[in-house]
Amino acid sequence: MATRTFGERVQRNNDQRLLTGGGRYVDDIPLVGALHAAFVRSPYARAQIVSIDTSLAKKHPGVIEVYTCDNIGNLDIEMPLLIPHPALHSPKTQRPLAREGVYYVGQTVAMVVAIDRYVAEDASRLVEVEYSEPLKCSIEIEEAVLDSAPLVHPDVPNNIAAHCVQVSGEPEKAFQDAEHFTKLRVRVDRSTAAPMECRAVAARFDSVSGELTVWDGTQAPISVRGGIASIFNIDEDKVRVIAPDVGGGFGQKVLLFYPDELLVPYAAMELNRPVKYIEDRTENFLGSTQERTQIHELELASTKDGIVLGLKDSFLHDTGAFIPYGIAVAQVASSGVLGPYRIPNSRVEYKAIYTPIVPVTPYRGCGRPHACFAIERAMDQLADELGLDRFEVRRRNLIAEDEFPYERPNLLFADGLAVIYDSGQYTKALDMIHEKIDLDDFKLQQSEAAKDGRYLGLGLSFYVEATGIGPYEGGHIKIHPITGKVYVNTGLTTQGQGHETVFAQIVSDQLGVDPADVILVEGDTGAFDWGVATYASRAAVVSGNAIHLASVKARKIVMEAAGNMLEASTDDLELEGGEVKVRGSDVSVSLAAVATACNPLRYAFNEAAQAATQFAPAARSDEPALGDGRAPGIETTEYYAPPHATWAYGVHAAILEVDPGLCSIDIKRYICVHDCGNMINPTLVEGQVMGGVAQGMGGAFFERVEFDSEGNPRNANFMDFLVPYATEVPQIELHHIETPSPLNPLGVKGVGEAGTIPVAPVIASAIEDALKPLGIKKLHNVPLSPNSIYEALIESGWEPKA
Amino acid sequence: MKQYKIRSDYPERSDDPLHSVNVTVNGQKITRKVSPRRLLADFLRHELGLTGTHVGCEHGVCGCCTVIIDGSAARSCLTFAVQVDGAEVRTVESLQNEDGTLHPVQEAFKDCHALQCGFCTPGFLMSIVSQLEDSDSELDLSDDGIRIMLSGNLCRCTGYQNIVTAVRQAAERLNRDQ
Amino acid sequence: MKPPLFEYLRPSSLEEAITARAANDYTAVLAGGQSLIPTMNFRIANPTVLIDISRIESLKKYSIEENEVIIGAMVRQRDIELNNSIFVVNPLIRETLEHVAHVPIRSRGTVAGSLAHADAAAELPALLLATGGSVVAKNISGSRVIEANSLFQFHMTTTLSHDEIITEVRIPSLKPGSGWAFKEFTRRHGDYAIAGIAVIINMSSEGLCEDISLAACGIAARALRLETSEEILRGTNLDNGLIKEAAMSATEYVTAADDTHASTQFRKHVLMTLLQRAIATAKSRTSKV
Repeated sequence: MATRTFGERVQRNNDQRLLTGGGRYVDDIPLVGALHAAFVRSPYARAQIVSIDTSLAKKHPGVIEVYTCDNIGNLDIEMPLLIPHPALHSPKTQRPLAREGVYYVGQTVAMVVAIDRYVAEDASRLVEVEYSEPLKCSIEIEEAVLDSAPLVHPDVPNNIAAHCVQVSGEPEKAFQDAEHFTKLRVRVDRSTAAPMECRAVAARFDSVSGELTVWDGTQAPISVRGGIASIFNIDEDKVRVIAPDVGGGFGQKVLLFYPDELLVPYAAMELNRPVKYIEDRTENFLGSTQERTQIHELELASTKDGIVLGLKDSFLHDTGAFIPYGIAVAQVASSGVLGPYRIPNSRVEYKAIYTPIVPVTPYRGCGRPHACFAIERAMDQLADELGLDRFEVRRRNLIAEDEFPYERPNLLFADGLAVIYDSGQYTKALDMIHEKIDLDDFKLQQSEAAKDGRYLGLGLSFYVEATGIGPYEGGHIKIHPITGKVYVNTGLTTQGQGHETVFAQIVSDQLGVDPADVILVEGDTGAFDWGVATYASRAAVVSGNAIHLASVKARKIVMEAAGNMLEASTDDLELEGGEVKVRGSDVSVSLAAVATACNPLRYAFNEAAQAATQFAPAARSDEPALGDGRAPGIETTEYYAPPHATWAYGVHAAILEVDPGLCSIDIKRYICVHDCGNMINPTLVEGQVMGGVAQGMGGAFFERVEFDSEGNPRNANFMDFLVPYATEVPQIELHHIETPSPLNPLGVKGVGEAGTIPVAPVIASAIEDALKPLGIKKLHNVPLSPNSIYEALIESGWEPKA
Repeated sequence: MKQYKIRSDYPERSDDPLHSVNVTVNGQKITRKVSPRRLLADFLRHELGLTGTHVGCEHGVCGCCTVIIDGSAARSCLTFAVQVDGAEVRTVESLQNEDGTLHPVQEAFKDCHALQCGFCTPGFLMSIVSQLEDSDSELDLSDDGIRIMLSGNLCRCTGYQNIVTAVRQAAERLNRDQ
Repeated sequence: MKPPLFEYLRPSSLEEAITARAANDYTAVLAGGQSLIPTMNFRIANPTVLIDISRIESLKKYSIEENEVIIGAMVRQRDIELNNSIFVVNPLIRETLEHVAHVPIRSRGTVAGSLAHADAAAELPALLLATGGSVVAKNISGSRVIEANSLFQFHMTTTLSHDEIITEVRIPSLKPGSGWAFKEFTRRHGDYAIAGIAVIINMSSEGLCEDISLAACGIAARALRLETSEEILRGTNLDNGLIKEAAMSATEYVTAADDTHASTQFRKHVLMTLLQRAIATAKSRTSKV
């Protein structure tokens, strides 16, 4: 092959549309006569519903219908538990509209459908809901798990939804043999994905054909389709779910079902009109899922040289009021806490705890940020206690290159498969960042700054990321007979990651077309409906490889057909620039012509087509038009199911200055070294890492979802929940290492969540390093803030002077 | 036997009283009747079908809804449509040239991979265009200076770094870097 | 988050506006809308009548008079911020405005509107207090001048009566040789102040502080002057020890309760730091007359 775009910084082929106002997000889809939904939501964290009176709301001019649990037919159910698990012994999911009890502030109680959203909001305030006295339930997981704690769900003792223990090796023995013990307690607090586009659902029912079309800003259109068909008892082929342009997902949009995803189609069918629900920002805070709270009690058992022999971690995981997505986040955390280190013996135990607040489902990182925070703070502390350098203690414990594949016996990842680290060059990454930091220069700067009464610090964190998990995805390729363009479908969708470009690059390498001539249509069950969803940094690995396999197969068909047309051996053929050429000659045929010729025709519609019709010389034959096992045209479908996760990794460092006068931080340098295997498009990879770091920065220093002790949200808006602007995110120096994955043909690993994972420990570590001269206590709670730095200083006995 | 439902006779619009708005949008004079509480963002998107302007927060913090009113960037979620009676409004749809080629700022975004999901992008473009076109004020094109220029627009996907690069490139193309 | 319905009036004269304000119970004045409309989108504010004053020509004027800058109620913050002549007579105005939200907000928001809204963490009330400015308020009974220190009552509440409209804002020019500074601490660029301080200093030819004005925002239920701290510094040579003493005494004014951004204790710490730094900056900007 002459040209190869894999690995090239190909410009995205989708941007013209998005830059000129041609994006098509759910609320942009023109739906004539659409009605609009608004919700009545619980104002209490935990209460019983005594009565609901919708009469006043129903009478309000412009209101079409008001729904409660009593008039939604067979939607009045507990919504599906998506991922059951033996350890999840007390699963609870919510109803689309509450019946009898409400379990968090914001839970949906009634839905108003009106002529426009303004009126729907007016009317939602006219729905009269009578509640019992609010019931006291703790939002603090350490309190909620106690015997004395009130129960969120009356039949779930100690509010424990799930309890799981995973043991690998012989941790008890390791702890007996150890010479040194490091103990710490770390806490990560709640955050929310806050995508720029809130959630949105629109549905239209064609009562003549019986087809239900749902536009949904989801990461899982195929799964949503299957669920709707099942719950509504409609044939799957009569339900079409389309995820159009989606303005960011970050995990929040992979959950199904949100109440509106069922209620809006229901209303569309009942009312025989399109219905739209466009979530507003307040509702995104009140009703769309959140993540992050975990408290880890971690203990490392090591030799006095800092070799970690064993790890014990006992953690509490906040799952909110319901657990529809199962224990995925906790599972990922539990298998990630060993990080990139050998630690051959471990015991990790966790309990998922119900609290009367917004339910928890994965948010970028999905448990890895929590685990990374725990282990990396532990490694810093171990280094400190043994008087070892932070880089050195890590170096001594990193899995060496010749130890791959490195298995952690008896552990299961969130995909139900073994934890086997497939490849990596961990030490090389550590050495690289050590060099990029220029440690000697930093130490000089730090001491010079100290003389001026300024506080400079260095933070460090390694991370590992299990990516590209199954079950599978598919790739479907069809070469268009008229234009020779290549159409590609897969079952998962993009929310900005650039699938249209990277998948096009994969195809273009096999089929010799320009990536701009590869048209990806994904996220539409009408176009392709085998697959799962976008989550866990898997699109490039799973869909990418499926599309690759389908392209390889398509290429074979093209070459064989072209060989017949050009009367040449396939060994002498080249495929590039949209045509097949006989090497070293002018003889060629366009891809379009090959595609046309492969489809035996009765009716000709252009010159190339004429050659394929039944009486044309090339097509003249006594044989059936399609031989045994042959299919018309050039169309292939392949699937890829990974054997288990492929582990990406990296290491981040930051140099920052702390101003104790304001307890603010100023990041001087932020450095990333990362390895996601072979990179299909380095520019897009960098975009993913930088975007991830910005969200990680949010999780490190800005974005904490706050509730008061009664479970009322305290910062459910963008003024008080602090998503960082450009002025709060550092400039990032990015360095790549490419250690291919041995698990898939393309050698790729996922990178979607990478940037987010290590930022919190990096920042905590840097601030601690900067303020060491002031005797600051260990920073074991993120998100940090100037206020929390101040409190940590005061607690450490610091007295502010001039 | 299947029961076919008769299409219901729902009202076409709400009972809100209507006010006349005469406004020039992207160079075109239009007259519409709107409810006084209709936000400009909704008016542009749903009355006029210009869906390039997006709604992210409805309280002025995220900047997704930024348009240009009478030459200055403004939040269309914090403006009632009735307020722009007699004004000139520009949206992202006005940026590209007649022949479909891109405005230098759009071009720079494309070249620098300064967008991912694209939802915040129109707001950034209008904010940046208005600042680059404003010949009255001096431009600080250092990293810090550009980041201050960009503050007021949230992006959740890119981490901002490529947007900074795009602004610098656009400023150069528009000769604003002298 | 759509706003509730209201009756919309757009008078073309001040008299019409004032009459409408008196004739209805719960009216709100719409100037730039940058403070008002968010509260309506959240349905915290639900006025029955909205009086849009953006067509009243007499309210769009601003001028530099002998000792003060006069700003009509419809004048946008950004116009004042960019005006170089205003910067010459009172540079504290620009420095303060640069801390108010972001450019698109300042392009629509008005100076008068922000003062009338009186958010306890807003910057412009501190500016008015520091400069000893005032507003002119009109209703059907007539007009009166309200000094800054009688205007702000508590968070989002002024002493304006329900039927008054601010028609102009008067900000005194800085005396020749003045030093000035505005500093604030926010979590993000453009946020409301966790603590903010406006400082004006005048030094005598002997190097003593003839007059000092310290106005803070974000620390209490309203913007306020730190009178005790001013007392400590007035007439002195503003040495570091005295500045520190003034800063420590300023903490008594920090009465804002703990919120998601700052505890009261932390806010006090921030105020002390800002005050010292702002006074140092203002002092460095003083000049001999």
